[in-house]
This record gives sequence, C-alpha cells and structure tokens, in this order.
Amino acid sequence: MDKFRMIFQFLQSNQESFMNGICGIMALASAQLYSAFDFNCPCLPRYNLAYGLGILLVPPFILFLLGFVLNNNVSMLAEEWRRPRGQRGKDPAVLRYMFCSMAQRAMIAPVVWVSVTLLDGKCITCAFCTSVPVETLGNTSHPGLSQGDMKRVLARIPCKEIYDGQELIANEVAVRYLRCISQALGWCFVLLMTTLAFLVRSLRPCFTQAAFLKSRYWSHYIDIERKLFDETCAEHARSFAKVCIQQFFEGMSTDLAAARCHPPRKAPADAGEAAEKLLGITDQGTMNTALKSWHRCKPPLHLHPPAHHSGNGWAGEQQPPAHPSVPRKETAAYYSRV
Amino acid sequence: MDRFRMIFQYFQSNSESVMNGICGLLALASVKMYTCFDFSCPCLPRYNMAYGLGIIFVPPIALFLCGLILNRQSLVMLEEWRRPQGHRKKNLAVIRYMCSSIMQRAMVAPVVWIVVTLLDGKCLICAFSSSVDPEKFVGFANASPVQVQQLLAKVPCKDDELMRNNTSRKAVSRYLRCWSQALGWSILLILIVAAFLARWLRPCFNQATLLQARHWSNYIDIEQKIFEETCCEHSRLFAHKCILHFFESMRQEIKLHSFSLSREGEGAEGEEYLLRCITDQDQVNKLLKMWYYEKPPL
Repeated sequence: MDKFRMIFQFLQSNQESFMNGICGIMALASAQLYSAFDFNCPCLPRYNLAYGLGILLVPPFILFLLGFVLNNNVSMLAEEWRRPRGQRGKDPAVLRYMFCSMAQRAMIAPVVWVSVTLLDGKCITCAFCTSVPVETLGNTSHPGLSQGDMKRVLARIPCKEIYDGQELIANEVAVRYLRCISQALGWCFVLLMTTLAFLVRSLRPCFTQAAFLKSRYWSHYIDIERKLFDETCAEHARSFAKVCIQQFFEGMSTDLAAARCHPPRKAPADAGEAAEKLLGITDQGTMNTALKSWHRCKPPLHLHPPAHHSGNGWAGEQQPPAHPSVPRKETAAYYSRV
Repeated sequence: MDRFRMIFQYFQSNSESVMNGICGLLALASVKMYTCFDFSCPCLPRYNMAYGLGIIFVPPIALFLCGLILNRQSLVMLEEWRRPQGHRKKNLAVIRYMCSSIMQRAMVAPVVWIVVTLLDGKCLICAFSSSVDPEKFVGFANASPVQVQQLLAKVPCKDDELMRNNTSRKAVSRYLRCWSQALGWSILLILIVAAFLARWLRPCFNQATLLQARHWSNYIDIEQKIFEETCCEHSRLFAHKCILHFFESMRQEIKLHSFSLSREGEGAEGEEYLLRCITDQDQVNKLLKMWYYEKPPL
C-alpha cells in the first residue's frame, strides 16, 4: 500500500514537473530559434510589411499550437469532454481548469518570441520603414520624389548595402528611430504580460478558492486514473501473452504425442525445472514445427482454463474438451516459468 | 508482484520512449546533416533547378526510409499483415493503427529537413534564380535574354567575379530568400495546425475503437517479445543439455579406451565430474576436434 502511494505521488508530481520542464524548454528553444533564424528583410515596398508582421506573429502562433500538441493532457481533455455520461457525471469546472492550465503553459513560448523580436528591433524596422516621418527626420531641402519612388527608397532602409537614399534621410537616423519605437513596444509588452500574470496569480485566491481546489484535485485524479488504466491494461496484456504462449507450446507437445499415438511424455521426476522449461520440445524437427506453426497458425486469443490440455488443432485432430475433473492449478504458477 | 509491476512499467514505457527517442535523434541528425552539408550551387542555367530541387527532396526520402527501417514496429506490423489467418482472426483496425503510428514517427525527420532547408533559403535561391522576372530588378532589365539567363543563374554564387558587388544580385537573392522563408513558415504552420486538430478531434470519433486498436497493437508487440524470450531461454537450455550429452558420450569413449583411469562413481556432479574425464591436453584436443567435425544431433 505504501509503495502504491509512493508511485502515486511520483506520477502526480512527475506530470506537473514534466509539463513545467517542457514549457521551460520550449521558451529556451523559442529564444534560440530566433537567434538561429537568419532574418532577411526583402527591402521591397509591399513585401516588407507582410514579411515583418509575418515573422512577428506566425512563429508565436506555431509555438502556441506546439505547446498544445506536446501536452499529453490535450487528448485527455478532449476525451473527458466527449465521453458519454454513463454513470459518472461531468463537471464543466474541471474541464475549464484543465483547459486554462494548458493554455497558460502554452502561452509562455510565444510571449518569449514576441518579446525577443520586439526588443531586437529588426522586425519592426523591416515592417514599418516605409512609414518613417521623412518631414521631421529627413533633409527637407531634398527635391520631392513621387510617392512610389519614395516608398521604394525607404523600403531599402533595413538593407544597408543597397540603400541609396542617404540624401533623403540618413540610414542610421531612420534605423535608430524605428529601433527605439520597437524596444519601447517590447518593454511595454513584457510589462503588460508580467502584470497580467501577477494579477491572475494573486487575485485568484480571493475568489472561488474552494472551487479551484476541487477542480484541481479532480483534474489530477482523471489524469492519474487514465495512466493507471493504461498500465493495468499493459500488465494484463503481458500476462495474457505469457499464458497464451505457454498454452501454445503445451498444445504443440500434446498434438505431437497424439500424432505419434502414445501419451504425452511426462518429464522424469528427477529432471527438475530444466525439463519443464524445455516445454516438451527436445529435437530440431519439433522446434521447426513449433516455429512454423507460430507463424502459419497463431493460437486464438482465448485462454482455456489450465486444467485440460486441448491441442491447438495443429495435428488436424479435434479433441473434445475434457471436463476439468482435476483441481484447477493456480494461474500464478505460470508467471515463474519463463 | 510490485517489483514485477515496476519492471513491466519500465518495459512498456521503454518501447514507446525508445521509438520517440529514435524519432527525435533522427530529427536532430537531419538538422546536423544540413549544417554540415556543403551546399554548392552549380550556377549554370539548367543545372540549378535540378540541383536545388534534388537537395530539397532526395534526402527527405532517404530519412523517411531510415525512419521506417529503424522502427521495430514496422516489422511487427508487416508480419501481422502477412501472416495466414489460422486460428486467430485479423483485425484491420489494429494494422491501420500501427501503420499510422509508424508513418507519423517516420515523417518527422523529413519534415524537419524540408523546413530547415526552406528557412535557410539557399536551395530555393539556387533552384529558382533563373525563373525570376528580370524587369523587377534594375541591373538585369537592360541585358539581352540570353545574357539575363546567364546572369540570373549566377546569382547564388556570391564569389563569381561578375557578381561580387552587384546590388541587383543581392536584391534578387533577398527576394527569393523572403519567399523561401515564407514558404517554410507556412508549411510549418499547416503541419502544426493539422497535428493540433488531429490531437483534439481524435477522441471525438471512435474513441472506443481507438482504445481497442491501441491495446491489441501493444499486445502483439509484447507477445512477439515474450515469444522471442521464450525461444531464447529454450535454446539456452537445449544447448546446455546437448553439450552435457556430448561430454557424457566423450567421457564414455575415453573410459572405453583408457582403463588406467580410476572408476569414479556415476554420482559425481559439477566441474569435478567433467574434469575427471578430460584431464590432459590430448583429451581436450580430441574433444574439440570431435566438437568441430561431428557435432551432436539436435
């Protein structure tokens, strides 16, 4: 019972810390991805805005969805949501709690990406370089260009090596201006996010704390119940497989004995465990037959009670099932065989 | 019973986590391969497209096949698919489940390669530099068509003497790179949305069938492993008995030939029993020769 409790605690703490770990790794991966990504502004009038805003918004969306995909609880939540009611009622508060906790964890990596992008400044510089206020920052004495030409020149601001509008507006001036705005936006965003997180954390205990504790408990319970069910099924499958294989080999040796028209050769009393483990197969021909039979004619997924040894029909003879007149052996005995 | 359960948990979690681990390793290997690979665009009109598209598509196919080969479950699935029906009915849902899980894991490394290639941009620049509209770029608008093709084909090669400081080359390069990165991010977005929808929507349809298919596919895997273990154990015991019989027959032969050996009791066991019969170099050599030339029957 104590061991069970230890396993229980381990599983419970493990899931939480596992998810927190994944969340942290994704945040780091998001920062690393940004620094590895080679930002390449197209420096063409209409493309800049699309590219810049795309890089600002699309990867966070991808990271957000990835946060959900990597979270094992998603399928658990969907399953709990869609299951038929049956004999167990459904509590929408539990579902809401599960969804909120998953969404909060999934939000961290996108927030990191957006903050890093804004603080770095390249995206905003690329996206809004055509909107720089030339009248205030540029040389007013420069002869006026058409709108199209002006846009084309301004679009090249992020690409220093092909910028040809130095007389119109100095490249460093424009870049510094845009970068300053970008960093201000970045810091405001970081402040906003941390304030929100702080408010959510500190205000929640003031409202509905009891309901919160209940939802948290039952969401953990559903998670653990599902895991234990999977483990039990897997354990059952293993036991089933062992007994199935044992009965297959016993059936083989019974069939062979029947084919040779003498009773199954019992291991001599003093041969001990080794002879039993040989499963009645003591020559090459028998082993080959057993392997061939395993492939050609797998035994049915049906374990017979251990008292009577019915063949698996390999020899073509149908043996009538004997009534279990002998006392039933404990199936636990099979576990120690292999 | 508890120890059994813990070992079993390790065993079961082991095969899933082994497969996930292999999948992750292949993805990392794919990124590493790309960074180590020395991409060198031929910069010739017709060769560029073939080279660029070849580098985008051929390694992913190889990675996909590697993913299938390294996954043990693919052999199990094939065997289950091809075995004769015999006494056990075949459940197509189980085979479909195994097939889809194998395919999903094998697809990860090729997708990683394609996305990294597109986000880097070199392949697409190489493949499509000749297909760019020269009117958009100042440096190429005034040349004759043949010359334009030649120049555009040289865009991926920064070190070419014609192209070294050409601003139009840089403009074309940036333009194509922008498209390549947009395509890469779009593909990644579509795949992630598909994965997300699959995860959310799967429990809404046929959840019971899915649980059954998952259980029986796991069962088939475990049964195969246990059968192999049983056969291994059996062959070990079989070999042990076979060799003991061999030594016994050698001992009797030696006894027949050399009466000087003192007649020990038949009840002697263990190492001393073996040693008593074969106690010098000649006898050992004879035994080894017999073992090689006349192995005992099975």
